[in-house]
Amino acid sequence: MQGWFFVIILVLTACALFYIGRSRAVATVGGDPTVLHSKPGFHGAFVMICGMVPAVLLFFTWLLFSRYLTSAYVTAQLGADFANLATIEQNALIRNMRSFADRTDLSALSQLEAEAVEHYRAFVGRAALILQIVIGVLVVAGGWFAMRAIHQELRARQFVEKTVMSVLIAASGVAILTTLGIVLSLIFESVNFFQKVNFLDFLFGTHWSPQSAFEGVGEEATDRNSEVFGAIPVFAGTLLITAIAILVAAPIGLMSAIYLSDYASPKVRATAKPIMEILAGIPTVVYGFFAALTVAPFFRNTGEAIGISVSSESALAAGLVMGIMIIPFVSSLSDDVINSVPQSLRDGSAGLGATKSETIRRVILPAALPGIVSALMLAISRAIGETMIVVMAAGLSANMTVNPLEAVTTVTVQIVTLLVGDQEFDSAKTLAAFALGLVLFCVTLLLNVIALRVIKKYREQYD
Amino acid sequence: MSVEANLAATAAKAPAANASKVKMSGNGVNVFYGEKQALFDVDLNIYENQVISLIGPSGCGKSTFLRCLNRMNDTIDVCKVTGKIVLDEDDIYDKNIDVVELRARVGMVFQKPNPFPKSIYENVAYGPRIHGMTRTKDELDDLVTSSLRRAGLWEEVKDRLDQPGTGLSGGQQQRLCIARAIATQPEVLLMDEPCSALDPIATAIIEELIDELRANFTIVIVTHSMQQAARVSQKTAFFHLGKLIEEGPTDQIFTNPINKKTQDYITGRIG
Ligand SMILES: Nc1ncnc2c1ncn2[C@@H]1O[C@H](COP(=O)(O)OP(=O)(O)OP(=O)(O)O)[C@@H](O)[C@H]1O
Ligand SMILES: [Mg+2]
Repeated sequence: MQGWFFVIILVLTACALFYIGRSRAVATVGGDPTVLHSKPGFHGAFVMICGMVPAVLLFFTWLLFSRYLTSAYVTAQLGADFANLATIEQNALIRNMRSFADRTDLSALSQLEAEAVEHYRAFVGRAALILQIVIGVLVVAGGWFAMRAIHQELRARQFVEKTVMSVLIAASGVAILTTLGIVLSLIFESVNFFQKVNFLDFLFGTHWSPQSAFEGVGEEATDRNSEVFGAIPVFAGTLLITAIAILVAAPIGLMSAIYLSDYASPKVRATAKPIMEILAGIPTVVYGFFAALTVAPFFRNTGEAIGISVSSESALAAGLVMGIMIIPFVSSLSDDVINSVPQSLRDGSAGLGATKSETIRRVILPAALPGIVSALMLAISRAIGETMIVVMAAGLSANMTVNPLEAVTTVTVQIVTLLVGDQEFDSAKTLAAFALGLVLFCVTLLLNVIALRVIKKYREQYD
Repeated sequence: MSVEANLAATAAKAPAANASKVKMSGNGVNVFYGEKQALFDVDLNIYENQVISLIGPSGCGKSTFLRCLNRMNDTIDVCKVTGKIVLDEDDIYDKNIDVVELRARVGMVFQKPNPFPKSIYENVAYGPRIHGMTRTKDELDDLVTSSLRRAGLWEEVKDRLDQPGTGLSGGQQQRLCIARAIATQPEVLLMDEPCSALDPIATAIIEELIDELRANFTIVIVTHSMQQAARVSQKTAFFHLGKLIEEGPTDQIFTNPINKKTQDYITGRIG
């Protein structure tokens, strides 16, 4: 309730500041807005920005640090009583303090915890009051200074444009910072893991059975764990399944893209394209049980009939279904690129007596190659990151094999199995998930870089 | 230069213009884009080893007629052509005609240069390769070289045949497209405003080229420049609103047009 009230106040204040700025601008030039350097609306926005931005920034800063500040304050108040507790107990106390902050009945809490809650409430109450006052002062002061600054020649438009730019920069900053944060946390946890298990043993070890990890410390643990944390079988599984998926998706996707863009009548195209795109909208878990319940048994039965042993969970089934899943990525993107090859090139080729397929093979595809490559890369990234289908259809056993008829496992599946269930967050087993994630991230990053390179090299060849 | 002066020059260069045989002819050609009719009942003869200019105001159907001559209109879904167009006795809209072969015989240079995103060499070698016109690499090399020479581009590109054709200037690209078209050794060459994007010097080179090419090819050129039509062509056809208004020897069309509309157009009163 209070939150909504706050938002409404904020919006109303912003509108008021805008209106004030606008009228003030018109008033300063005696009611004739045409002599203003910037239109009155820009003056309004100017006042609004000066009033609101510092206040809002302050508010967000508070949100960012309030958790830290409250626990620091409470800890300080409790003094030695708190400091004498074990780390786990300290954490529990802070957790309880927060969850009981809004309740009246504190009887479930210990003496010390109840005390903490009291301190907490007092601090939050005071802080909220101070915050409100400071925000109020900031709004009024900012607005007032901005009002004073308004005159005929004020470059309000430039100011507003610059603010817009800052907002845009901030938005892209959020995306970049998030990525950075994720990568850093991955790296951080992976470093922890590599203190327990040798980096090279992990990267080049050929045996993967993290369930038998040894939770000791020191030399002995490192030796034992180097034998169970060999990631090669897992990556081999990912590679195998991805390869199968691409072998399925690339030709089918590309050929359907060519059909859609160059052969199909507009009518066929208008119906076929959306239908193909529906494929992309099917939840992967549905593909997963399609793979596990229909495709895999089909392969096993066929194998039995012709005397080949196919395990009931096979890389082939998972790869095939995954390939079908990524067909729309390949076809839809390739179709767009192929379509964007100028008609004049098609005409030029046809005008020299080339057939349609010669034109496509010799002119269109080479010209569209960079786009097609990036479509394929995107599809590969999708396939590498895909989890659900593999969990359901390829199995969990980390076999080192290139035989697509056997069960294999993939990086994503292993990450899932390592992290589900109750785990301590600092055992070698759970940390292994981060190491796997990091390597996976590096691989997809590398793929993207290669794709970008290819695109850059061949781009701008036609205009 | 005045139109008359040009005419005198052209007439001097083209002595036996009337003696040659009909290479292509259109009889009652109608073209429809969906409901809209773009050409009405056009009859036109195109004579062997001559240059014929198609002139007329924008949107009158010059490009449309040109594209009928090698069936490039087939690539436009809504486009429908009726009537008869003959190339050396063969009706090119006959069911049995091989469009691919037709286009090899009737080459086309487009209004906007459209080199392929390949090397200069590959651009020129494209047609010969798909038609299997040469037996050895050397033969192909010779063909590429001679085509570039005839298009007046050889000197400028001989050291960088392996660089992309799209990296050339607009005028060079247009000459590359001409080289590409003549490398296929067509019998008829269709050119849609080949000089519209060129400076006077490049234009002069191409006009000279057209005059040379006439010895081996039959050429149909669309142009908006009256001077150009007068300089390069022996025959001129004037189109207006989808109808062929008048056709005849270039000097007669420009000095002594029969139709009032033609006169208005060449003197700049409609257009
Ligand atoms: N692809 C098309 N679809 C529909 N109508 C078209 C198409 N191409 C041309 N037209 C129509 O046909 C008529 C003749 O067009 P055309 O391109 O032959 O003119 P043009 O004489 O070459 O003109 P310009 O000198 O401007 O090139 C025009 O009215 C045009 O709108
Ligand atoms: Mg035209």
